[in-house]
Amino acid sequence: MKYQIRLSGSGGQGLILNSILLAEAASKEGKNVLQSQAYGPASRGGSSRADVIISDSEIYYPAAEHLELLLCLTQKAADKYIKLLKQEGILIYDSENIKINPISAETIAIPFTQIAIDKFKTSLVSNIIAISFICTYTKLVSFKQLEKAIGNNVKEKFIELDIKAAKLGAQLARDYENGKDISS
Amino acid sequence: MSTDRANIDRDKPVLLQGNEAVALGALDAGLEFFGGYPITPSSEIAEILSQEMPKSGNKFIQMEDELSSMASIIGASLTGKKSMTATSGPGFSLMQENIGYGMMTEVPCVVVNVQRGGPSTGLPTKPSQGDLMQARWGTHGDHPSITLYPDSVQEAYELTIRAFNLAEKYRTPVFLFLDEMIGHMRESVHLPKKKDLEIINRINPTVPPEWYKHFKNNPKYISPLASYGQGYRFHVTGLTHDEKGFPTNKKEEIQAKMDKLKKKITNNLDDLIQVEAFHMDDAEVAVFAAGLVARSAKEAVIRAREQNQKIGLVRPLTIWPFPDNEVERMLSSTQMTLIAEMNQGQLINEVKRVTYYGEHAKYIKLQRYDGTLITPEDILQRISEVL
Amino acid sequence: MKNIPQKVAHRYLRHDKKFPHVWCPGCGIGTILGDFLRAVYSSGIKKDDIVMVSGIGCSGRMPVYVDFNTLHTTHGRAIAFATGIKFSEPRLKVVVITGDGDAAAIGGNHLIHAARRNIDLTVIIINNNIYGMTGGQASPTTPLGDYATTAPYGSIEPKFDLCDLAESAGASFVARTTAYHTVEARQIFEAALNKKGCSVVETIAQCPVSYGKMNNQTSAIEMLKWQKKHTIPVKQYRKLDTEKKQGKLVRGILVDKDRKEFTARYDELVAQFNKKKDSSESEKRSEEKKHDETKEKAKKEKQEKK
Repeated sequence: MKYQIRLSGSGGQGLILNSILLAEAASKEGKNVLQSQAYGPASRGGSSRADVIISDSEIYYPAAEHLELLLCLTQKAADKYIKLLKQEGILIYDSENIKINPISAETIAIPFTQIAIDKFKTSLVSNIIAISFICTYTKLVSFKQLEKAIGNNVKEKFIELDIKAAKLGAQLARDYENGKDISS
Repeated sequence: MSTDRANIDRDKPVLLQGNEAVALGALDAGLEFFGGYPITPSSEIAEILSQEMPKSGNKFIQMEDELSSMASIIGASLTGKKSMTATSGPGFSLMQENIGYGMMTEVPCVVVNVQRGGPSTGLPTKPSQGDLMQARWGTHGDHPSITLYPDSVQEAYELTIRAFNLAEKYRTPVFLFLDEMIGHMRESVHLPKKKDLEIINRINPTVPPEWYKHFKNNPKYISPLASYGQGYRFHVTGLTHDEKGFPTNKKEEIQAKMDKLKKKITNNLDDLIQVEAFHMDDAEVAVFAAGLVARSAKEAVIRAREQNQKIGLVRPLTIWPFPDNEVERMLSSTQMTLIAEMNQGQLINEVKRVTYYGEHAKYIKLQRYDGTLITPEDILQRISEVL
Repeated sequence: MKNIPQKVAHRYLRHDKKFPHVWCPGCGIGTILGDFLRAVYSSGIKKDDIVMVSGIGCSGRMPVYVDFNTLHTTHGRAIAFATGIKFSEPRLKVVVITGDGDAAAIGGNHLIHAARRNIDLTVIIINNNIYGMTGGQASPTTPLGDYATTAPYGSIEPKFDLCDLAESAGASFVARTTAYHTVEARQIFEAALNKKGCSVVETIAQCPVSYGKMNNQTSAIEMLKWQKKHTIPVKQYRKLDTEKKQGKLVRGILVDKDRKEFTARYDELVAQFNKKKDSSESEKRSEEKKHDETKEKAKKEKQEKK
């Protein structure tokens, strides 16, 4: 099993942190992982992407080439990376910001930013909701490991909030699997 | 990983960034002094060490530039401390002056170069292998070079420790080269228990100060090194010097000094050189690649093997001194060698130099210098074009 | 102050090293070396505890002759090497011998940053207004209009005032003296050695061979007389009006202030962590104690209930 994930959007959306959380959780579960990122000179704004490869066997080539899963938080990212998604892959995107044409891959549209604002009064946790959704939906890593990774990597004053956001993300994934409407 | 680095649980794999692995390797090797100047893509090494070193009373200083960074670590090493700096291409260029000084005066220290695209300011956040020849011939004059080149985060940790060990053992600056992407990516690393680490420290003199010659030649060409303040009161100069370290213009003494610098490397090649042969036993086609590019090559080899193509990889972990004999031997039974590099051709001439094994030998090159990685497809396609 | 015996400087020279030295007849550096060695004697600092670091140029050759821990480095970088030595081994007394080209041109950046950090170095800048060893090229302290082999029509660049530079960069001790004023030089060197912090001493030296020859001062004696005539002790100088200061150099200790030194600051940082370690350990202990106490209490209560 080799699972290639790209998290894409713009700088400041917490995508690199997301990728570290996912990679650390997978690493703790004994899987081979490789996390990498590409960014420009600015740490806010501009495009940003982070890749995580999770595999049972050794990972040689360090870049994600053919994606099993793509998360897009901006239109620009979606336009750029959808072509790398495998036919049987999964596209998850922020439905508030992005319009996409029909593709053969499974598409999941969730208004992450709006949900974050509605439930937590801040858009800052939208990344955590998204990564937790991914973890639960793909079953790549357990919620327990994700929680631990948040504890290890997030500033202490945000841990509680982020874990609440992660719980919401996991719930959204279960609701989605059960066929509930999660578009708002 | 932002948790307490001093108390990592070493029974489990830990997710580390390449630069972080270098910092941890340095601390495990016994780093006592770091002098550096910020530069992308190496800055995380300095940032992490600035957090960790004061906690244990070790010394971290951000110097005013790379010239002084290199100078400061040589100064610190002369007081007996294990020292290091970390930089990238532009800074490595500035360090060359005192790198030469460190080689001439035979002072142990480690210089990390997380390579980025060049020349000049180039591509600060993109990978390139453009500094490989600079590691060999960057500073003026004939000089030794030991340069280690990992292809994974795990190996970045291990070769950092090895870089310190070789610096101490051979009394010379040692280079650790990383590709930008190795420095910035994260992988699971198995950290050995501290008690299981093999750590080498420099040899101190055992003779009384009045007998001490800190460049005294011996069959191994490596002389014991005292520390300032121990009572030896020795002289160190970048001028060509005699066995006591005093400037000389005598031709016999000049010759002896230059031979010493050379032979401490060439007489110890077995100890210095590491080369990985990956699926080379029955390989008909070999890929020669180092660092990051070797990762793409390994993927290409695995995919080719699935198609029953007999392709293998030769990967030097030590790029300087160049593994002449090993590369010659490993490539001697292949029909063709593809030399893949992220530059305009630096190691290819070394491979050609050491592997002249007949008219049938074919060399093909794959060179990429557009700031993007050579992919496994690139390699397989290049081979299929020629086969 | 100790009584200085005759020929005391000899005790600090390396007798196994090839003399005569490299300096030309009439050069001021030898006198300054003598003054410095007498200051070392007077200060009582042990040879083993002194590291003398130099760069490139005539001044750079000084360490080879003296029986200390010695380091002759690259051009301009002496202060940077010295910073590494001092920071890694603060117990050592680190002295930098440098020239005007070495310290003010190629090494200017290191000079101002050592002063800014206020790291405990004794920096003696031997200023002979020229690049002597390489044949008399202009330096950043060659006076405007003076001649050099690379200023054949007279220098068109104003010179640096090294003392002003060191003071404004933050050095806690700044002084100027000359090769002529040997007693004063020895006293200033001793004060600089004893000062905790970055000490910068500009010492004017005559170079009759390179500088003098091109500027109508061919004899060392003439140049020493110039040093006497054109420098004014600081107390006197400060009373003069601007007009009278023209063409004169102030001499003596110009700055002597207490400012926290770099390695001491770092030690404080390290001590903070040691404190935290101690307190977290004692916290742990007291928590364990509390835990044991509550356990015991619960045990007792249980037993009482029984």
